[in-house]
Amino acid sequence: MTLPGAWPAELTVDALPPLGQLLLSLADDEFVIGFWDSEWTGIAPMLEEDVAMSSLAQDEIGHARLFYDELARLTATDADAIAFGRPMGDFRHARLLDHPRTDWAFTVARRYLYETADAVRLEALVASSNAPVAEGVAKIRREERYHLMHVDAWLRRLAVGQGEGRAKLDDALRRLGPEASSVFAPLPGEEELVRDGVIAASLADLYGTWTGVVGPVMRELRLPFDPIPPTTGGRGPDHGPDFAWLWTEFTSVARSEQGARW
Amino acid sequence: MSAIAPTRRGAAQSPVAPGSPVATESAVWALLRTVPDPEIPTVSVVDLGIVRSVAVTPERIRVELLPTFVGCPAIEAMREAVAEKLVTLAPEVEVVVSYAEPWTSERITLAGREKLRRSGFAPPAGGAPTDELGSRGPLLTVAPVARCPYCDSPRTLLENVFGPTQCRSIYFCTACRQPFEQFKSV
Repeated sequence: MTLPGAWPAELTVDALPPLGQLLLSLADDEFVIGFWDSEWTGIAPMLEEDVAMSSLAQDEIGHARLFYDELARLTATDADAIAFGRPMGDFRHARLLDHPRTDWAFTVARRYLYETADAVRLEALVASSNAPVAEGVAKIRREERYHLMHVDAWLRRLAVGQGEGRAKLDDALRRLGPEASSVFAPLPGEEELVRDGVIAASLADLYGTWTGVVGPVMRELRLPFDPIPPTTGGRGPDHGPDFAWLWTEFTSVARSEQGARW
Repeated sequence: MSAIAPTRRGAAQSPVAPGSPVATESAVWALLRTVPDPEIPTVSVVDLGIVRSVAVTPERIRVELLPTFVGCPAIEAMREAVAEKLVTLAPEVEVVVSYAEPWTSERITLAGREKLRRSGFAPPAGGAPTDELGSRGPLLTVAPVARCPYCDSPRTLLENVFGPTQCRSIYFCTACRQPFEQFKSV
């Protein structure tokens, strides 16, 4: 594997065409949540969850690579350059993913909000007019089904369990609720993607679909859920100090020797 | 060309001079049956249904591979092993990773399932779980049942959907008290 050449200085993410914006948002979301969740390896509340979170994180980073590869084809770069050679301010993941893993209840709350939103988004891409997107999403959804089952089981376990776990879950959902819609933040040139059938509906419409799916579950479990409609600021460029720390971590090897091979 | 991962394309240099007799597709498949899975060498890439297509022309052989999981770290090793195995047959060998159709657990051949079972791995049961977003079912009821690969008992427990690799789950047999792994249904 080649370590990244530098991200070309003349290539700014804001200048990417609409398809590039979509691929970048999908890839950055999966990449960043994959890195946060991989931190549970070795320290999860039980051995089974060590294994589960490691596997889930590996899946997410695999999905990110698929979308980065496709973006690399559009921009004549390579996936490693996009993932590891890009400045911090050029990441376009959703604000929901700026937070560190925090405690187990926080991770469960975030994963639930993210995975349900991602499922709605993937469903709108499975019949995409863009063949590589449609093909990649068809494969990814088969894996994401297991992610949904896993996080749904944990949300219910903590919600029904009462006590400290329930209190922490409530706190995390209150804190993250307003940011969950950032997965559906409008993308530059989004109208074009909808018009050309790359995505089946606008992200604002998908947000509506998502609240219709998650709302009833939260009411059933009497969990706090007060989403606010997505806004343009939902995807950076300012991601705050926690992501700055993560970026420094995951780029540290690549930055230590530009162009090195292993 | 619908492979989504052009940077993961590989070609091998061949000792075969241009103008040598053209390899046949069946010769290519025969060699592919000898390329083992890097983790479970008793099954081949053909047994696992990873090979999607083989195309042979006088100039080159082109093989498409379907990864079992998108992030499968073994796919690079398989791509290289396939390319190395085929260099004796054609001047140019191209092995690409494709998502033109999803690999599913149904692609594992009957022979592959039997070889897996004899190696202590339960083959995937039935189709993929049909659980959809927002369903209420607890994890255990949607997971397909696995028969113990050691004693054939159906009295097994799903210990963890997630196992030591992305494509495997962990079970325990209550009859012979043996833990084992099952290929996930995807």
